[in-house]
Amino acid sequence: MVWFILRRAGSAVIVLFLASILIFLGIRALPGDPAVVMAGEEASPAMVEAIRHEFGLDKPLPVQYVDYVGQTLSGNLGRSTQDQLPVADILAERLPVTLELSALALLVAIVVGLGAGIVAAMKRGRLPDYVATGFGLAGLSVPHFWLGLLGILLFAVTLRWLPASGYVPFTQDPGQNLQRMILPALVLGTGFAAILMRQTRSAMLGALSADYVRTARSKGLSEAKVVGAHALRNSLTTVVTVLGLQLGALISGAVVTEQIFVIPGFGKLTVDAVLTRNYPVIQAVVLITVIGYVLVNLLVDIAYAFLNPRIRLSGGGHG
Amino acid sequence: MADALAVPVTTGRSDRRRRLWRRFRRRPMPMAGLVLVAGFLLLALLGPLLTGDPSAQDYTATLAPPSGAHPLGTDDLGRDALARIAHGAQVSLQAGVLSTLLAMVIGIPIGLVAGFYRRWLDPVVMRLVDVTLAFPFLVFAVGLAAIIGPSLKGVVLALGFSQLPAVIRITRGEVLAIREMDYVAAAIADGATDRHILLRYVLPNCSSPLIVQATVAIPAAIIGESTLSFLGLGVQPPTPSWGVMLTTAQQYLDVAPWLAIWPGLMIALATLGFNLLGDGLRDVLDPRSGR
Repeated sequence: MVWFILRRAGSAVIVLFLASILIFLGIRALPGDPAVVMAGEEASPAMVEAIRHEFGLDKPLPVQYVDYVGQTLSGNLGRSTQDQLPVADILAERLPVTLELSALALLVAIVVGLGAGIVAAMKRGRLPDYVATGFGLAGLSVPHFWLGLLGILLFAVTLRWLPASGYVPFTQDPGQNLQRMILPALVLGTGFAAILMRQTRSAMLGALSADYVRTARSKGLSEAKVVGAHALRNSLTTVVTVLGLQLGALISGAVVTEQIFVIPGFGKLTVDAVLTRNYPVIQAVVLITVIGYVLVNLLVDIAYAFLNPRIRLSGGGHG
Repeated sequence: MADALAVPVTTGRSDRRRRLWRRFRRRPMPMAGLVLVAGFLLLALLGPLLTGDPSAQDYTATLAPPSGAHPLGTDDLGRDALARIAHGAQVSLQAGVLSTLLAMVIGIPIGLVAGFYRRWLDPVVMRLVDVTLAFPFLVFAVGLAAIIGPSLKGVVLALGFSQLPAVIRITRGEVLAIREMDYVAAAIADGATDRHILLRYVLPNCSSPLIVQATVAIPAAIIGESTLSFLGLGVQPPTPSWGVMLTTAQQYLDVAPWLAIWPGLMIALATLGFNLLGDGLRDVLDPRSGR
């Protein structure tokens, strides 16, 4: 197991290394002087010089790369060209907002998706199954941002139950915060609930017809125990895998959701940075996204190995 | 997974096709998907010819509700929503097909060569695939939009590259199984060149999972294009894209809610059509994929 984790961690480090080179080269592939690009269009020549010096942009590329990694590791991600604030400070302010949104969305996805998947599998071929499967297909096909617009149209414009947009920090007013986060979390969670529902349903159907479940039933265990202790446990690997595979979609979904509901999180920061060509911020958000992505995938792989001894013992992974 | 399909395509090709079609036709859901996809294609190919100019502005009828003259209403500049829907379908189709083609044209040869020759090439390619997978699609799109500016070209490149790892993996996985088949050994014994073996025997037998992959990739690209355009990172106004239309719709949600309904519904129906079609094709072409 230790060997397995070490190998996975090793390949994660390699991926991060290659990704950092790509990001490093990406900003230098832009037309024009990278110092001017990073300082922003309205920067004074002195500011451009300061940036050129700070990031050593006049040195050879390999030296620059080592500098870049050193600066990044010490937490210096440059300054935003919009307001000259340190990018690291901006990230520290924006990230928790997105993490809260993602956590709530995952909660929605797990409660709804897992629940509906289990019910659909147990009532196979009957009404609850058709309803769940139908919603599952619809949930897969509807884009987040349209669902968000419909949600605003229904709950904010027509019914006036919830505010259409805006954000209140949790530390300032938890009630207001949750009231404004419900709709975004539902919107972001629905797509994942649909995917999770479909996967849980098919995994449960597989498990319910397996020999060990028949054995459990013939031992006289109650149906709740059969489903809970045997079938569901073996479906959990599916949940973990799906969550890992859908992480990229979760990040993209958060970006879109924050844009619709005007939530000042990491995703809105990303879009605004691209639209204003704020390169230090773009560079940082791409880096942070890749790091988060690689880390969560590593955790998923490890969780997967814990749940499924066959992978752990053969030492391989999926793919 | 692959060996079920790895019968040489040379035997009874049209028979097999007819048998698969018969199996496909009997199911209601894939047929519904086929109808939706056909409707989408018709809308994208013929719609723009039948509707008016999507950029023609009518200042006497801005944000007008649906009427005889404008069946789906007009937007803030008095442009006909129906005409924009039809032209938007064309943009969606382009994004879906071009990005999938891009991924296939680059990915299939890489997968074929990596899977067939193995040696040092295979691990290198698979490591690169891992790195590519470490970039979520939106990061690609954001990076490209930052470098070449937001445009349909950027959308197609970003979507195509994000699909590349899947295409390479699928092709390589199929090739690994196919190269162990007796008919490949027979072809080698027969003195066939590698090129001939790859194109004549290996590639045709990879086609089923790749077709299924296309039915996954095209709807993902349709959603991807509309999402990026909605965010302002994709197709730029005044080009009519369903995503751009929804950006406008959000600004006028309280006075012109009809603007928000149709573009989103079209995205959902097109995507649903491809998903249903893909499910059906998977059941027919790839019965052991374990769904």
